[in-house]
Amino acid sequence: MWTWFYKLASPPYVYGIAAAFVPWLLSAAALALCYGLVAGLAIAPPDYQQGDAFRMIYVHVPSALLSLTIYTVMAAASAVALIWRIKVGHAVAAASAPIGASFTLAALVTGSLWGRPMWGTYWAWDPRLTSELILLFLYVGVMSLRSAFEDPARGDRAAALLAVVGVVNVPIVHFSVVWWNSLHQGATVVKLGAPSMPGSMLWPLLAMWLGFMLFYGAVLCMRLQGELLNRERQALWVREAIKS
Amino acid sequence: MSSGFWSMGGYARYVWPCFGFAGVILGWNLWSARRAMAAARLRAQRALEIALAEGASQ
Repeated sequence: MWTWFYKLASPPYVYGIAAAFVPWLLSAAALALCYGLVAGLAIAPPDYQQGDAFRMIYVHVPSALLSLTIYTVMAAASAVALIWRIKVGHAVAAASAPIGASFTLAALVTGSLWGRPMWGTYWAWDPRLTSELILLFLYVGVMSLRSAFEDPARGDRAAALLAVVGVVNVPIVHFSVVWWNSLHQGATVVKLGAPSMPGSMLWPLLAMWLGFMLFYGAVLCMRLQGELLNRERQALWVREAIKS
Repeated sequence: MSSGFWSMGGYARYVWPCFGFAGVILGWNLWSARRAMAAARLRAQRALEIALAEGASQ
């Protein structure tokens, strides 16, 4: 177990694993997304209150969950990099940031498209929406800070610090609907107890969620390879990898 | 496909842009990751060529 953990600190080992995982993750993501899309759009029955508008759940919820998951991964990788000075941690954080920012934007846009017919407005300064917007700013801040320094190592450290401090916003986003009065509906799937959805609606959602997670894994592996090549381009293993 | 499917019970102008935007985000992620990887490979290749040229001149 520990040997495997130590190996994760080795850039060539991680590069090799990332390269091997990409096709498998992409194929599995495509399968899950195809099932989720067909079942979510064509098979699941309309909601008794929201009608067919509820189908937006199949892209909105996975995007929102992924925005929080990716931030947590980024903060954990940053903490590992800061505490144990593992360079791969900075590479994982740097590779995750643009993916997380894009899914946070997706959560905000798809949420506002859902909000218009349900709430009568595209945007409200609601606790859930506002904290999700702050999450987007945190992602942008982490990316900007990383590229603001001439010395990449200083940029990495500053971005990692912001990522770790900003992780406090993750539970705020999740529990905002519980802690404050919110227009946004409460947790339906990620909560203690059984999900409050029938199986015909839930399974496509779980498939889309899995598909988005696998897709994130695939894109992370691709970006991570690029990050490692950039950061280690003078290293012997990179030269051998490029030659081959 | 029936017109009922495309009209999404009258919510088509919200549902389809919602799925379309998610598709754009997925597509952008795939495209930008491939582009970033290709650019990194190119930079590493150039670094290798420079190193080889310097080695040959010494």
